[in-house]
Amino acid sequence: MRRRVLEALVAARAARRPVVLATRLSDGAQWLLPDAAEEAAGLREAAAARLAGEASGVAEIEGERWFLAVEAPAPRLAIVGAVHIAQSLAGFAGACGFAVTVIDPRAAFATEARFPGAAVAVAWPGEALAALGTDARTAVVALSHDPKIDDPALDAALRSEAFYVAALGSRRSHAARLERLRALGHGAAALARIRGPAGLAIGAKTAPEIALSIAAQLVEARRA
Amino acid sequence: MSDGEDVLGAAASWLAVGERVALATVVESWGSSPRPAGSRMAVSDRGRIAGSVSGGCVEGAVIEAARDCLAGGAAREMTFGVSDERAWAVGLPCGGRITVWVEAVV
Repeated sequence: MRRRVLEALVAARAARRPVVLATRLSDGAQWLLPDAAEEAAGLREAAAARLAGEASGVAEIEGERWFLAVEAPAPRLAIVGAVHIAQSLAGFAGACGFAVTVIDPRAAFATEARFPGAAVAVAWPGEALAALGTDARTAVVALSHDPKIDDPALDAALRSEAFYVAALGSRRSHAARLERLRALGHGAAALARIRGPAGLAIGAKTAPEIALSIAAQLVEARRA
Repeated sequence: MSDGEDVLGAAASWLAVGERVALATVVESWGSSPRPAGSRMAVSDRGRIAGSVSGGCVEGAVIEAARDCLAGGAAREMTFGVSDERAWAVGLPCGGRITVWVEAVV
């Protein structure tokens, strides 16, 4: 691999731009798509198909074997509420490959020191999620227990394509939350997107255990 | 397939401090082999390693090939199948089979 190809791959990842690295297995020649100006016939179409399916693999094109490596941007997790559970969840999700952003308007909680490896936004969730650009590769989980913080986050998440939306809280407080979100104009289908209480039912008690149950549900939503 | 660990980013950071780097990428996998196509491992000439191409079963042989690439050897495709315990050969005890592409960054 040419060093400039590696640098282009790293830059694409940083810009959250999906690309395909095509390697001709007979001689190791490589093209980065869709950036390449000229490439072998049929390669662009094959790369586009791989990109759409997000699956790397071998393709046979005009008698040559090619390896098409899909380099898709990392999925993201926005954690709203820089609470104790958030600290463990940021670690688990980071280890599972999520780019984590912790959002909380309370500067005492939302500190870099409490969340090593995560981006920290001291801001209200509405504006922070808008700045993040919540897309179909983004998950949003509300952990603050404070409707002033959680509700605007869920409101924004339900108006986005986020693939996973969850909120912490008892069944009773979740029911009350659904009522408030209904009053903001969300219908039954939108409200059904919220996993509440957040996390798989594994009998979690401690903050790290609850974080683990949420991380597991996040992986399930992405992969299963 | 991105699995989160930023192996290419690690490789770029090693290059930036003057190390030489080789990359190994799973090209095809069959059966119960643990890592999907696109999984990567980076190896530096100072012995740093990031990522993986299997559950640890064939990494030793791949690292050896990566060092050979760093010493000027050609990029190559390596195939690993079911291990033969009697022969002490490198392989996959899970019964899967993988093909790995190994290349230096030049």
